[in-house]
Amino acid sequence: MLKIKEYARPESLAQAYEWNQKKSSCVIGGMLWLKMSHKNVGMAIDLSGLGLDRIREDGENFRVGAMVTLRELELHQGLDRYTEGALGAALRDIVGVQFRNLATAGGSVFGRFGFSDVLTVLLAMDTYVKLYRAGEIPLGDFLTRKRDRDILEEIRIRKQPGFHMVYQAHRNSRTDFPVLNGAVSLEETGGKLVFGARPLAAMALPMEESLRQKILGGTLTEAEAAACMNAAAEQVPVGSNMRGSREYRSHLARVLGRRGLMELQKLASAGKGGAEL
Amino acid sequence: MRVVNQPLRKKDAMALVTGKPVFLEDQIPAGTLVVKLLRSPHANALVEEIHTEKAKGVPGVEAVYTWEDVPGQRFTMAGQTYPEPSPYDRLILDRHVRYVGDPVAIVAAETEAAAEKALKLIKVTYQVLPALLDFRQAKDNELLVHPEEDWKSLCPVGADNKRNLCASGGSEKGDVEQVLADCPVTVEGTYHTLAAQQSMMETFRTYCSIDTYGRLNVVSSTQIVFHVRRILSNALGIPKTRIRVTKARIGGGFGAKQTVVAEVFPAFVTWMTKKPSRLIFTREESMTASSPRHEMEVKVRIGAGTDGRIRAIDVHTLSNTGAYGEHGPTTVGLSGTKSISLYRNLEAHRFVYDVVYTNVMSAGAYRGYGATQGIFAVETAVNELAAKLHMDPARLREINMVREGDVMTSYDSAQTTNSCALDRCFTRVKELIGWEEKYPAKDLGNGKIRSVGLAMGMQGSGISGVDVGSATLKLNDDGGYMLSIGSADMGTGCDTILAQIAAECLDCELDQISVSAADTDTSPYDSGSYASSTTYITGKAVEKAGRQLRELILEEGSRALELPAEELEFDGRRVYALGDESREISLVDIATRSMCGNTHALEITVSNSSPISPPPFMAGAVEIELDKETGEVRILNYAAVVDCGTPINPNLARIQVEGGLVQAMGMTLFENIQYSPEGKLRNNSFMQYKIPTRLDMGKLQVEFQSSYEPTGPFGAKSIGEIVINTPAPALVHAIANATGCWFHSLPATSEKIAMAVARGKTGVIGDE
Amino acid sequence: MKIQMKLNGKNIQEEIRPDMLLLDLVRSHGCASVKRGCETSNCGLCTVILNGKPVLSCSVLAARADGAAVETLEGLQEEAAELGAFIADQGAEQCGFCNPGYILNAIALFRENPDPSDQEILEYLAGNLCRCSGYEGQLRGLRNFLEQKHGRSGKKGGLQ
Repeated sequence: MLKIKEYARPESLAQAYEWNQKKSSCVIGGMLWLKMSHKNVGMAIDLSGLGLDRIREDGENFRVGAMVTLRELELHQGLDRYTEGALGAALRDIVGVQFRNLATAGGSVFGRFGFSDVLTVLLAMDTYVKLYRAGEIPLGDFLTRKRDRDILEEIRIRKQPGFHMVYQAHRNSRTDFPVLNGAVSLEETGGKLVFGARPLAAMALPMEESLRQKILGGTLTEAEAAACMNAAAEQVPVGSNMRGSREYRSHLARVLGRRGLMELQKLASAGKGGAEL
Repeated sequence: MRVVNQPLRKKDAMALVTGKPVFLEDQIPAGTLVVKLLRSPHANALVEEIHTEKAKGVPGVEAVYTWEDVPGQRFTMAGQTYPEPSPYDRLILDRHVRYVGDPVAIVAAETEAAAEKALKLIKVTYQVLPALLDFRQAKDNELLVHPEEDWKSLCPVGADNKRNLCASGGSEKGDVEQVLADCPVTVEGTYHTLAAQQSMMETFRTYCSIDTYGRLNVVSSTQIVFHVRRILSNALGIPKTRIRVTKARIGGGFGAKQTVVAEVFPAFVTWMTKKPSRLIFTREESMTASSPRHEMEVKVRIGAGTDGRIRAIDVHTLSNTGAYGEHGPTTVGLSGTKSISLYRNLEAHRFVYDVVYTNVMSAGAYRGYGATQGIFAVETAVNELAAKLHMDPARLREINMVREGDVMTSYDSAQTTNSCALDRCFTRVKELIGWEEKYPAKDLGNGKIRSVGLAMGMQGSGISGVDVGSATLKLNDDGGYMLSIGSADMGTGCDTILAQIAAECLDCELDQISVSAADTDTSPYDSGSYASSTTYITGKAVEKAGRQLRELILEEGSRALELPAEELEFDGRRVYALGDESREISLVDIATRSMCGNTHALEITVSNSSPISPPPFMAGAVEIELDKETGEVRILNYAAVVDCGTPINPNLARIQVEGGLVQAMGMTLFENIQYSPEGKLRNNSFMQYKIPTRLDMGKLQVEFQSSYEPTGPFGAKSIGEIVINTPAPALVHAIANATGCWFHSLPATSEKIAMAVARGKTGVIGDE
Repeated sequence: MKIQMKLNGKNIQEEIRPDMLLLDLVRSHGCASVKRGCETSNCGLCTVILNGKPVLSCSVLAARADGAAVETLEGLQEEAAELGAFIADQGAEQCGFCNPGYILNAIALFRENPDPSDQEILEYLAGNLCRCSGYEGQLRGLRNFLEQKHGRSGKKGGLQ
């Protein structure tokens, strides 16, 4: 049973940060994970009311407030266009609509969960995490940082010209945690191969330029894609848990990655990247 | 028929869809003690010391009980007719705990928070013993799950606690070894199914109080009110007449609630404290300390001629009953009788079994009750036989399936099947799935393959010579009726179905029948709702009661009209003279007469039992799309054609099928019980034990091909359990047709499929 | 701490513990249709509509609903009966324990998307588990409700 001594809504991020420095404090996002714990929380800090529940889009960025729900992310037309449906694909199988109406972007990212679909899809983009104290940090760096008592304010996704991405996941049954997920993306200056739910948190490998060129040129063969992914998968540590063995995850990484690359090639040859739409 | 075989709405339907407070938790009065259980963290241990003083001192705590406080006579928690075949191996709290989750202490407090606090303050010192976790090592193992001297087995089921045997036995007809040796084609396999959770939406819960007469009143989410009464009487050591058991609306059972999982604890608290108490299981408790399906390993050998005639079937079942023996001796039998009996004219057949104790959660009753596991094994073996014979598996079935009029020598003392439309079910299911066009498989060229699989199934209708169903029908003074039954509607709609039968007999509308059910004080005796007995056994009692009440009404009319009963007719609204309809008396007037100066009760109670258990039959076929690389199985279509005799309510019958199919899909593909090395169940929530969502099931097509069962009410047989029996073998068949791999060990997860294909394996894939 | 909210249109006030869940709060105010079915936010039985969106009340602090509008089936009886009649005509309500959750979620869906396809219905209701009915009858009932609501006839429920 979760126990909370005090519930409070700070009037500013500064206040939220101050309160959160106490060891017994806890910032509550969707609370879905926290609810299952048997913690004794001294103060539950609710960031509602601080304007963090908006997605703002301009020509250069998407800014996703920490309290934006996964459902809002899923339905956002701008992000849907930019990711060519990949964001929706990543989020759609997470438990249910009611769940996604509660789970927050900030909570999903700050938790750095091993099972996350959100991290994988965000990592495939040029994503930055804005922390109240530490400032803006690339998502990839944030994922390897030690957990601390800073407050996650916002997630910034920088629109990249010529951006395309494909999201893949395998689940043992619909709405279950993914056994493995992944994304492949490219833009004008580079690309990424992302692997997540390993069951460790997502990680990204840079896409080799030769691969990117092949994809852009529409000349990547299935065999080449397989070879690339086999090589990439060697660099991706995977583990075993109730949902799958290390061997299976490694196998899935190759399969899903290869399929992702071939799909990406179709998208890249079909037209401009999402940033131009 | 006017009312029977009509798709009428359930009597409680509108209350349920508008969310009325009709469930147990909604009806518990304020001020009830909250009961919580402290559970063993060890799979096998003795409680050396247990200190409860601190716990008792928590404000709001009413009582804390340990093994020292409870009665010492062992009993069974299995809901079965007395004398129960299940061993008397339980105590309310035992000093010896036998699985992770076995209760160690009972706390009763005014609030949940106080109870939780008290639980944390109970200090237990365990002597941890080595745990017996592998059911294949259990028989004659040095480690004994039940070494105690006062362990009891009331019936000759071949139980022996000194050998970890909960039951053992077998039977043979003909010489199986000889016939098998003589067969040019044989198939042999070992098939393994895991425990599976019923996962009904409403967890186990019970509320107890003391009534005006000082008796224990128990309201429980249970399928078996009369058995609960007896079991509580045994457990508490008080007479049955001092106990009353009733139920509210039940949020699903599927057999889980055919075991006294929760009742005994609040019953003990209330009996000791004389205060009302309640226990509501968490989902975690319902996953880890309940009554799941028995894990079984079924070895099958089948011998046939090159012409496809099956000549011998040999089945050996090893069943894992877990820490306690509920339903152990009884589920195992169906794994043989209800699989072998699908096939006719066998020269020889044999069924041998052992049921063993282990230190895992005690298994119980789950829809199918052993038939599911046995049919998975035998039907898969038959499909493998078809492959070996290079014969269409549909054709193989057509040659060998049981037909109407056959004597089923492997079933229930060689019962003849008087109602069997399995052949028509089979023909129709092939049409529905498109068998001819789709068998065996079609490679889509994009890494995916579409394939089909099929299987047959059967079950029983009640336990022959054992199950009792009764009905009391009374005429009310407004011309309506009161139907009292002891069966338990757990969502199935039997309250409505039984009322339909009564209304048909009495020539009235469904609404004129009010139903009162499952109250040990007022219901006529009923074994309870399990073994697919309610429609067939209790329904027949209702039919008999209806017909007999008609006679009583005619007799009363005879007295009123001063004419012989033979010259009168009852049309549901009035009794009138044949030939002179002006001489009549209305039903309402007859009822009124019965309330003044009357010595002829216008009510009747009938008990019914049946010496036979006529099997329902069904054919199931599935079409899947399998991803060879990820191993994902997408169910596109499942076609099921069922012979349940006459469906009393076609809507409710269809939903039974659809529900059972989806449950079995989960069991076959992703419901995956896993234990830690110390015997702790890992799948302790809906997060970790995945049951099918509405995205997992594909399209279901359900139809009926009805036979007519002369011994059933209006020709009806059962449907409640058979519905879960075909998807496992049908899916494994489809997977084999897609990949060449026969998965003998369930669930056939996507990992197992993907890795088998990736490694280039074909043939049998067993436990790794 | 003290909170207040609109529950099914009525203002309520309550002195609560900070860790009280919205599920327990609404049940204590007579909303027995909202049920607890698990501890891991998976089953959907506890669905309520919070400020117009369907959420899992087992995972929402009552404190968080301070100042909010909460709807349960108790406040939507007419709609529930109208929609529920179609479910009842399939026999698909079965034990009824999951019904309030998915019927409420369906009402939320139809507000967002008044004429959804079968696939859209299935995806929106994916977080509502049922063990009795096999889901197919629920879809038939919802489909028939929609067909009647939109003045169409002929297309009967069931995935095409």
